[in-house]
Amino acid sequence: MDLIDWSRAQFALTAIYHFLFVPLTLGLSFLVAIMETIYVKTGDEKWLKTTKFWVKLFGINFVIGVATGLIMEFEFGTNWAAYSWIVGDIFGAPLAIEGIFAFFLESTFFVVLFFGWDRVSKGFHLTSAWLVAIGTNLSALWILVANGWMQYPVGMDFNPDTMRYEMGNFWEVIFSPVAVAKFLHTIGGGYVTAAIFVVGVSAWFLLRGRETQFARRSIIVASSFGLFASMFLLLSGDESAHQVAQKQPMKLAAMEGLYEGEGRAGIVAFGILNPDKNVGDDLPEFYGDIQIPYALSLLGYHDINAFVPGINDLIVGNEKFNIMSAEEKIARGQAALQDLSAYHEAKNAGDAATAQNALQAFDANQSYMGYGHFTDPLQTVPPIALTFYSFHVMVGLGSFFIVLFIVLLYLGMTNELLNTRWALWITFMSIPLGFVACEAGWIVAEVGRQPWVIQDLLPTIKGASALSTQSVQITFWAFAILFTTLLIAEIKIMMAAISKGPHISEKGEDHV
Amino acid sequence: MFETWALLSLQNYWWGIVSLLGGFLAMMLFVQGGQALIPSVAKNEAEKTLLYNVFGRKWELGFTTLVLFGGAIFAAFPLFYAVSFGGAYFAWMVLLFAYIIQAVSYEYRTKKGNTYGSRTYEMFLSINGYLSPFLIGVIISTLFSGGAFIVNDANLSHWTIATRGLEALTVPFNLLGGISVLMISRILGMLFILNTVEEIAIRQQTQKKLQIEMMITSAFLASFALWIFIVPGVALSGTSIIIEPNRYFHTFIRYPLVVLAPFLIGLGLFLLGGFRGKKSGFWCGVAGTVLMVFSLLLSTGINGAPYYPSYADIQSSLSIENSSGSRYTLVVMSYVSLFVPVVLAYITYVWRSMAKPLTHDEIKNDPFSY
Repeated sequence: MDLIDWSRAQFALTAIYHFLFVPLTLGLSFLVAIMETIYVKTGDEKWLKTTKFWVKLFGINFVIGVATGLIMEFEFGTNWAAYSWIVGDIFGAPLAIEGIFAFFLESTFFVVLFFGWDRVSKGFHLTSAWLVAIGTNLSALWILVANGWMQYPVGMDFNPDTMRYEMGNFWEVIFSPVAVAKFLHTIGGGYVTAAIFVVGVSAWFLLRGRETQFARRSIIVASSFGLFASMFLLLSGDESAHQVAQKQPMKLAAMEGLYEGEGRAGIVAFGILNPDKNVGDDLPEFYGDIQIPYALSLLGYHDINAFVPGINDLIVGNEKFNIMSAEEKIARGQAALQDLSAYHEAKNAGDAATAQNALQAFDANQSYMGYGHFTDPLQTVPPIALTFYSFHVMVGLGSFFIVLFIVLLYLGMTNELLNTRWALWITFMSIPLGFVACEAGWIVAEVGRQPWVIQDLLPTIKGASALSTQSVQITFWAFAILFTTLLIAEIKIMMAAISKGPHISEKGEDHV
Repeated sequence: MFETWALLSLQNYWWGIVSLLGGFLAMMLFVQGGQALIPSVAKNEAEKTLLYNVFGRKWELGFTTLVLFGGAIFAAFPLFYAVSFGGAYFAWMVLLFAYIIQAVSYEYRTKKGNTYGSRTYEMFLSINGYLSPFLIGVIISTLFSGGAFIVNDANLSHWTIATRGLEALTVPFNLLGGISVLMISRILGMLFILNTVEEIAIRQQTQKKLQIEMMITSAFLASFALWIFIVPGVALSGTSIIIEPNRYFHTFIRYPLVVLAPFLIGLGLFLLGGFRGKKSGFWCGVAGTVLMVFSLLLSTGINGAPYYPSYADIQSSLSIENSSGSRYTLVVMSYVSLFVPVVLAYITYVWRSMAKPLTHDEIKNDPFSY
């Protein structure tokens, strides 16, 4: 593994750890605010205890999310310094805005949520709970605006003198359709993960016959919330896939293992990829697969007849559908890079006329400049198996959660939860699955974008800091050890806090 | 309104904001200073727990300020972000590790199932308490003493020394800066105890310590200021960068209102707060710290002077002009900055509404206490 691999490994490691805690924070903050609202409306002390119990778990999770999040922001500079210069003029803004608009809201009102029960009025406390929820979700907004821009860069121009991209339109950046879809889909994923966590923990109480009233009310609130969030997740997922089809066709092809493009393309509901398959050969793509006909054309282009380009089309080109080959893009990109260096030479030599000509020639091919860093068209293909399986794991789990929420809601409303132990077991065992689905989604987004760090503009290999491989290895292992150490403590504290329970009296509440 | 500003005005405005955030970051180090003091100020477990809870309700703000400080630099001076973070790699990494362990330690210290025992988390808090202020002081000092970086024509940079930032620890001036900030954090920590804790025993112990440590701190601050005033620094001469004797002294004299005055007022307030102690001392101390650090940072970059000298290649030195974001981005971010007073307002409001002094009983009865 070289410097780029280690730099990526470190970023992936820290992001995967961070994203273990973020979804729960996103969703639990709203669940807590909803529960506290019920308490304030009804004045029922049992709801207060219920709220406090979940706030406690929220806090245990929140602090480790903060700890792992700190490093994410600084890593753009420490490990991706070239990236930070080349696109920092656009990318830095949402990060700073996130700090001002979101983090202070979270950190200021978090203290009230935790320690303000007897220090401030009920109304102020409830407002604080909502402000924490809004703050955490706002921070997701800004970081996903930044990430959306990496998937679909808009609102910027390349400045050949400073050798970087500069922001040209802030509104285009923040209202980019990709950013909006990404934000909605990610927070939806967080809500569902948190709902799965709450119903899973509650199912554990029911299986043990403890805190049954508390568990039932938590299940009803969380499965309603989860079901609602799942619908939201479906819609935003549809929009996300539609955006990927338009803006990142290679990613879509990898997500579906689609080598040969086709009209009326189906979606692979289940499939096992053929590991021997290579771009351009005649081997079958799958050992076996089950397809939903027309669905991919419909999802990607909202038209069942639409042609969905495959990996082969994107590599060798397809004249009929007006798709340029990767080879041609690379040639144009290399021409752009040559013109750019000719521009700089002429400028340094004081030859304004030659510089102007070189710049004009550069402009003609500028949009392919990123491709100029590649030598082989196959370098532009992302890791297919990882993208494909992650996508299918995410979608499969998301569908399962919908069924689970419906079943739980039905059992909760009909007071049959305690009599349906198999459902409780499945629910309890599902706790980790929400996290798995979130991580899988993140892998689709980030691995599917490879080999680009900014889609079509900047290859990942050109973004890293000029560090020695050894330096990054040292910090990689330091993070791996520290975060794993902290994760073990977090899980054990969480389990201890759960098993302690909310201590709500159960008198006359046996019919659950 | 910002659209009509000259580019240099926008750059100055943003260097001012970054300097101010640096000041707030230094101020929030009172939490670290307090953490480091707890083992020596508290005489028993109850006192210790009280103090951990007192400081534990403020750590988040310091953390957030650090994040915003990084974000503001990223947006406004992306070249500094790339050169410094990507170059002085290990200096920043050690600092980040010191912060990571702080975030979990308060919350996990007394929790059942915390696996490594309370002592481990207390040790984390002590490490964070000493290391973060010291390293922040060292890093601020490198704005005067320089770094080993080279920036090429495409504005890509690399560091020329394999220790990647840790070599800053071999420069006496940086160590002086590091210890000065560490001492400031301790003084502010003690002043915060005097401001919020009503326990007589803790107050007496703190008051005694404060008097001794203020003497040491004053000596360090005086040496640090003197050193800055006599050393040469990098300056602009036309378009090239030269070494100018007494460069910072000249800057202080050249900008009496925005640099010299805040520094002197800040120093005065800090000394007043520190020597007076008592309840109000804290507010003098933090206001003084913000002003001192603000003026020091401002003095390095104001009006296009190179604020981050490179001793590997003096022409690579960074100034607010050659390292800033584009005009458009600075304008956008300037509008965003108008929101900062709103943030300060609600922080102040919440701080005040939560200000009632903590008692042992409250901690014992509160399931959320640390």
